[in-house]
Amino acid sequence: MNVAPRLADLAGDAASPTLLTLDRVSISYPTRDGTLTAVEDVSLALSTGERLVLLGPSGCGKSTLLRAVGGFLKPSTGEIRINGEPIGAPSPDRMTVFQEFDQLLPWRTVLGNVRYALERGRSLSRREAEAVARGWLKRVGLKNFVDAFPHTLSGGMKQRVAIARAFALEPALLLMDEPFAALDALTRRQMQDELLKLCEETGSTALFVTHGIDEAIRVGTRILALTPHPGRLAATFDVPPGSRTRGTTAFAELEQKIQQAVFADPELDHG
Amino acid sequence: MADITAPKLSDAPALRRVFEQTLWRRLVILAAFALAWELYARWLDNALLLPTLGATLSALWSAILSGELPNRTLTSLRVLVTGYALGVGIAAVFTALATLSRWGNEALGLLTSMFNPLPAIALLPIALLWFGVGTPSLVFVIVHSVLWPVALACHAGFRAIAPTLLMAGRNLGLSGGRFVAEILVPAAFPQILSGLRIGWAFAWRTLIAAELVFGVSARSGGIGWFIYTNRAQLETASVFAGLLTVILIGLLVESVVFRSLTRITVQRWGQERT
Ligand SMILES: Nc1ncnc2c1ncn2[C@@H]1O[C@H](COP(=O)(O)OP(=O)(O)OP(=O)(O)O)[C@@H](O)[C@H]1O
Ligand SMILES: [Mg+2]
Repeated sequence: MNVAPRLADLAGDAASPTLLTLDRVSISYPTRDGTLTAVEDVSLALSTGERLVLLGPSGCGKSTLLRAVGGFLKPSTGEIRINGEPIGAPSPDRMTVFQEFDQLLPWRTVLGNVRYALERGRSLSRREAEAVARGWLKRVGLKNFVDAFPHTLSGGMKQRVAIARAFALEPALLLMDEPFAALDALTRRQMQDELLKLCEETGSTALFVTHGIDEAIRVGTRILALTPHPGRLAATFDVPPGSRTRGTTAFAELEQKIQQAVFADPELDHG
Repeated sequence: MADITAPKLSDAPALRRVFEQTLWRRLVILAAFALAWELYARWLDNALLLPTLGATLSALWSAILSGELPNRTLTSLRVLVTGYALGVGIAAVFTALATLSRWGNEALGLLTSMFNPLPAIALLPIALLWFGVGTPSLVFVIVHSVLWPVALACHAGFRAIAPTLLMAGRNLGLSGGRFVAEILVPAAFPQILSGLRIGWAFAWRTLIAAELVFGVSARSGGIGWFIYTNRAQLETASVFAGLLTVILIGLLVESVVFRSLTRITVQRWGQERT
């Protein structure tokens, strides 16, 4: 399965304009014993309004790829374009929600974190920023915690703040790197549902990384499966809206299909 | 999303009781120490070797009343603050250079490993040679005692910042001075603060030691000079009064200035490392 699909085949919804394209992107890290290729020859296109999920086992280069799209890393070969322009340095137009809980500024309160991001990222005045921040914190259910410092929050609450911050900046593209991976299963499900709702309400375009098939089906409109070591594109799955509800046969069937296609190798961790 | 509510808090009288207990214990230990001193000094009965606590306190009181000790203290503190501020400023510049370039990084690493182990007081002869007898020499050795530990701590602090936090900052499009001032410095603040604390302790010791060696310029002498002259005149109680002042000022800065700075910053932010 190492035939790189052509870009034309990858565009999802032909009606929406393409927002992001990756053209034969490879990314490697210099290490002590040579270079480690984390991502190899990945091409994809993402249209406005789509939620594309990169699905793959641990270590297959999902975070690496997302960081490159965020502008934190430079691909060794290939090109990443947003609206046809090569991407530059990180910008609030591509907000990343990271997996790690330490992405909030510990010296600012919950409200302070979101407000500061708005002041810097969207150049709002302090007053406007505060109002917008309060609105978003309310939407993620944290209105009782606006004055709390991040270290007093649970992991799930910290991720809510990070999500509120990312949405508040109204980025053209939301990047999410397994934001729920470190949460317990129940909280994770709840957060997935709430994230899906926010995405649908705002019509956000998102690139979401996960190693959970059910998470991919739940939040994505399209799923790209990656092979492990190095990450390459293996298969694409569309998620029709009818398959997005847990417990339905459509959900189970799609899950089964992806499971067989991606994790057919019995030695692989099923995540 | 459904609102999350805070769990109910109950009072924490237990905690407060523990705090009161440690305070109480400290007072008991202090009182026992004072009593032991007083009794031993009385039994020894040699005011030249060991004055009683009472005599020391009354010497302290009269030195304060005469205005001599406050003057000396003020002189010491003035030199100290000058040297400390200068040292911290230079440390900030060095750290910036070390963070910005690989050469700077290497240079700072080498310089700190060379100069950090060198006791500041060992530089005093050189300082006297270069700057003569007077405040500049004192400031020079204080700068040396502050600069390296503070630079080392700041640099280590910058390097220890979680990569995710750095990326979150860069994600907002921050760069240059703003990134340094609004992300790097607060993120590294626990280490910076402990560097400032160590720097302060070094500076205070160095200053007193330097003043003791420096037994020359009487009018501009600090606490070290006060101790030195009183020893020369065999006023042992006043020597002890001077030492007590050194301890009290050290304690005061540590427990008032640094403790409260810690409380309103890194402790509140949950970054306190214990
Ligand atoms: N800074 C780095 N330096 C060297 N190698 C790295 C670095 N970061 C990641 N790698 C390597 O690149 C590969 C891909 O890592 P990456 O973090 O992108 O995986 P991932 O798919 O996000 O995994 P997970 O699901 O566990 O988060 C791994 O083999 C990893 O060891
Ligand atoms: Mg990852």
